[in-house]
Order: sequence, then C-alpha cells, then structure tokens
Amino acid sequence: MPLVIIGANHKSAPLEFRESLAFDPQEQAVVLKSLIQPPELDEALILSTCNRTEVLAHGTDLHVCVERLRSLMKARSARCAVEIDQHTYILMNSEAVRHLFSVASSMDSMVVGEPQILGQVKEAYRLAVEYGTAGPMLNRLLHHAFRVSKRVRTETEIGRGAVSVAYAAVEMARSIFRSLEEKTVLLVGAGEMVELAARHLKDRGVQRILVTNRTLSRAESLARELGGEALAFESMNSELHRADMVLSCTGSQMPIINLEHVRGALKKRKNRPMFFIDIAVPRDVDPKVGNLENVFLYDLDDLQKVVEKHKGARQEELKKAAGILEEETRRFCTWLDSLEAEPTIKALAQWAEQVRVSELEKSMLKLKGLGEKERQALDAMTRAIINKLIHRPIARIKEHGGKEGSAAYLEMARELFGLNGESK
Amino acid sequence: MSLVIWKICLVAYALSAGFILWFIKAEERPAQRWWRLSVLVGFLAQTSLIVWGIWSGHRLPVTTFSGALHFLSWSTVAAYLVASWKYPVSSVGVVILPISAALWALGGPPRFSTKVSQIVDSHWLTVHGVLSFAGEATLAIACATGVLYLVQERRIKGRCRVDSLGRLPSLEILDEVNYRCLGLGFLLLTAGIVTGAIWASEVWSSYWSWQAKETWGLITWLVYAGLLHQRLNAGWRGKKAAAMAIAGFLLVLFTFAGAGLMGSGPHRFDKFQG
Repeated sequence: MPLVIIGANHKSAPLEFRESLAFDPQEQAVVLKSLIQPPELDEALILSTCNRTEVLAHGTDLHVCVERLRSLMKARSARCAVEIDQHTYILMNSEAVRHLFSVASSMDSMVVGEPQILGQVKEAYRLAVEYGTAGPMLNRLLHHAFRVSKRVRTETEIGRGAVSVAYAAVEMARSIFRSLEEKTVLLVGAGEMVELAARHLKDRGVQRILVTNRTLSRAESLARELGGEALAFESMNSELHRADMVLSCTGSQMPIINLEHVRGALKKRKNRPMFFIDIAVPRDVDPKVGNLENVFLYDLDDLQKVVEKHKGARQEELKKAAGILEEETRRFCTWLDSLEAEPTIKALAQWAEQVRVSELEKSMLKLKGLGEKERQALDAMTRAIINKLIHRPIARIKEHGGKEGSAAYLEMARELFGLNGESK
Repeated sequence: MSLVIWKICLVAYALSAGFILWFIKAEERPAQRWWRLSVLVGFLAQTSLIVWGIWSGHRLPVTTFSGALHFLSWSTVAAYLVASWKYPVSSVGVVILPISAALWALGGPPRFSTKVSQIVDSHWLTVHGVLSFAGEATLAIACATGVLYLVQERRIKGRCRVDSLGRLPSLEILDEVNYRCLGLGFLLLTAGIVTGAIWASEVWSSYWSWQAKETWGLITWLVYAGLLHQRLNAGWRGKKAAAMAIAGFLLVLFTFAGAGLMGSGPHRFDKFQG
C-alpha cells in the first residue's frame, strides 16, 4: 500500500521554483481530480504554502504514484526533468509518513516551531476531503499527523521558539522606539514567519504596515489581511525610507537590501533610526548594514540570543521532538504493515479451511458407516491439523509486520501458498 | 543646622543614584520606590538651604563660587525632576544625581550673607543668573540623556538580553529629550548671555569686554549652536549628537568653574566678595 510524497520546500528549492509550483485552492480541485487513477493511485492531497508545495498520494502501485506525481510537477513548473529532480524530493512509505509528521509539527518549517503550518496542513486535508480525494488511508494518516503535532507542541518547548522570535523583535523595537503605534513596518516577503511576526507586531500596536513580495498578488492579499499597503518588489528599495522597522524573510539566495539602499534611506529620513529584523536564511539584509549609525540589524540568531537563557535547552527540546516523531512514525507504519499482513493471513486461513472442508467431504463419502460422534471427532481432528500447520506461518507474518522488509516477506508467503489471485 | 541639611542632601542623592543603578541592574521594584523617596528628601533639603540663602542675602546666592556650585547643583536636580515628570526618563538620574551631588559637595558646607560689591548687587543678577543657571542645568540633562543613549545603544548593538534593555528608556525617547533639552538649554543660555551683556552695558557702558568667562561662554555657545545646526540640517542624531551633548556640557562645566577661577572681571568669583 504505497504512500508517496513529492515536494519542494525552502531547503530544497529556491523561491522562484517554489512559486512556480504553488497551487491556489480552486486549482487544487482540478489537479487533485485529474491526479486520481484508481486503484493505482486512489487518494491524494496537496499542501501548498509559501515555503513548500507537497503532493501526497496513496495507491496500490508505487511506480504509478511516483510517475504521476513527477509528471504533475513537470507540467506545473514547466521545467526540465533534471531541474525537477534537483529541487524536489520524493519520499516513500515510512519516510513519507515521517516527513508529513515533521511538517505538521512544524519541525520542517523555516522557523522551527512556528504554529501556522498545522493550520495549513489541516486546510489542505479539508480541501482533499471536500474534493473527495481523501480516503481511509489519508484520513487515518492526517489525523495521526494532527495528534503528533499536538504531542510535539505540548510535550516540548519547540513552539515557544517561534513566538519568542516575534516577542524578541517587539521587545527590541520597544527599546529603540518610543512607541510602536506611530511606526511603519515594512514586511519583505509574505511567508508564514513574516505573517506570524506581523500579527504579533499588530497586536502590540503597530498600525502602518507595508508589504512587499516578489509575487505582488501575495503581498496584496497579506496587506489586505493586515490592513496594510502592498508595494511592488521593485520599488521596495526606493520606498525603504518610509519604514522604521523592516522585517524580512524571503527565500532569496543573495542579500536583497544592501548598504547603499540603507544609506540612501537614512539620508532621506534624516537619520531617524531604522530597525532591521532579518529572519531569512540565508540572510536578506547585508550584515554590513548593521554597522551603520542609527541602524540596528538583528538576524534570527541575534533574536534568539537575546531571549534565550541557554542554547543547550533548545537542542534538548529538538531532540525530544525528534524522538516523538520517530516513535509516532513507527507506530503508524506498524499499523500500515499490519494492514498489508491482514489480507494475507485471512487468505491463508481461508485457503486452509477450504482444503480441509473439501478433503473432509470426500472422505465422508467413502466412510459411510460412521456415527455422529465419530464424524465430529474427525472434523475436530482435521481442524486441529490445519490449525497447527498454518499457526506457525501466521505467527511469523504477524511477527514480521512493521519490520524492515516485511513486504518481501508477505510476498513470499503469498507466493508459497499460491494466494495471489488463486485464493478465491 | 545648615551643615546637617547639607549632609542629608548629599547622602540622599548618593543613595538615589545607587537605587537607580540597582533598578537598572536588577529591576527591583522597591529600588524604584526608594529612589523616588530619596530624591524627594534630597531636593527638599537642598531647596530649603537655597531659600535660606536667598532669604539671608536678599539676592540669588551665586556670588561666591561655593554658592554658585550649590545653585547649579540645585538647578540640575530641578531640571531633572521636570524632565522626568514630562518624559519617562527618570533613570537619567543615575547620571545626573552623582553630578549634582558632586557639585553640591564641591560647594562645601553653606556660608551665608557675605558682603558683595556694589556692581553685583542688582536685579540683573537675578535675571542673568537664573537664565544662565537654568540653561546650564538643562544642558546637563541633555548631557545625561546623551550618556544613557550611548550606554543603551551599546547594549542594543551588543545583543544584550532583551529583558534588561527595558529598564532604560528607549533610544528614541533619549534622543528626543536630548534634542529638546539642547534646544531649550541653548535658548536659555543665549538669553543669559544677552541679559549679561545688557547688564554690562548698564554698568560699564560696554556690552562685551572679553573676560575669560565671556570668551569661554561664547565658545560654548558656538559649540551648541553648531550642534543644533547639525541636528536640524545635517540630520545629526543618536550617537553623534549624544557624544556632542556630552562634550558640550564638559565645556559648560569648564566655563563655569575654570573660567570662573581664572582671568579677571566680575565673573571671577573672589571679586564678587566685597
């Protein structure tokens, strides 16, 4: 019962590539329906956020699933196969399960622990249910993922990390600025983390918000949500002087705000202080900017440094969360494998019973002089023989369920007992 | 009696500076309460002595070096109280109160009713004196906010833990108070110099006679004029402006003390005493 994930995230692919793969909810309906090809591929789900696009599929044929997903990526991004392979990852079965759990519990996020991703996964699942592409497997898998996410959130302090970044940014801003109300914040990028931090800033009184993003439409929608103003990405540096605070988190591989831009902005704003919060990895703001007078530049590490008591504690929490993921992945895969073992066991038992009954009937015809008591004894004896014979194979199948190579084991059992297509 | 009050005042200011430092370092709420109380006690004690001086001498008690030091000390605390009433900058006291205490201590125990020369015994003394001292005290606040600005800026750039940053005022407030004090202080200083010149013309029929204090006062005035100009036109603010405000006030202190003890003319303090 193969599960496959194909995807591109902030680690595997540059922003442009990820953007070319983005799906909006309306498109998802069409794409999901066209993707389904039962029984080889019977369930599918699309998770599309600004940091990742992932397609999860389930079916009876691993090869078909992978190929269909790959051709979807190819058609979608309009890139060559080499580029697709370079920037996407394909994960199967237990790896796919582990990955989904890791995504849902925000361990795979750009800022580990940010809480929005769970909502996005839930929304992706809701859409799949709505479009009828989520079946029993995805139902079970996704609900398990939500539980894992909850466990990670309650049993570790991972979730505090992301909140603390926004908290640190606000606290730093308050030691620089008199009040946040009259300040203008420029958001560069419209990703999860920017949105999260922006909401926190808004809660703390920031009223003027500018949003810029390479894809203007996304900037516009975030600006609408926050009650701000969208700026074209090209005009960002010429409008830089309007911002008292700049919060940047794009997937750019090169700094997008450099020394000259900031110098120019400072001149225009008569050196009124500017606070840059660069939470992108790699960084969006040239580190040299921080040396300018009246400019304060904090990156992700700096923000964590000013709020964290000890760095070791975070490592400890990450380890704990990884442990939870491992445990839950194993639990789900055991169930998954038992699902595969179950029909084999059933088929084996059925086949044995059939053989017994038919042989018993033949013998009964020959042994006409037997009384009811003897007949019953014979029935019981054959039953006992059969049970003893198939007990060991069944025990072995159950034993191997969920272990490495269990699929091959099952296949072998089916082959030996002639259960493939002959069981009926 | 006046000696006891003088001592009370000294102890009170030293204590309150200590309490503020304690608050900034460890954010102890009681520290905040004690510092307010001790500043208040110190200021009341100081005011009572100043009033006593005015009462017994029938003039502003600034005609002796000791009296001038005392009056400057009192003025700085008064300016500090006004500033921290108008802006959330009471932690500026950690810089200003030690300065006030030092000026007060340098002035020594108060001695009242010394006789003064005829020239000095004029209403202009009050006008010229009050304006000049108010100007100097306001510039002292500008200096103190400058010091705190440099400290806070260093802490922010040095990635100091965020919960300890909150105990100092924000950079923007410090810069704003610095700017306002600079502007007001400069105005008062200008008025002080102008009234001094008018007074001089009444006494000697000459506005300006290039005494040491006049010369240094002019230099100080020019430095502040330059700083204000740069602030207004060249966008000097923050670190640069803070450093300049500190330098400017050091010049004020030099003009006040140094030039008051050298050269000749009525600003030479020993000449005041008839």
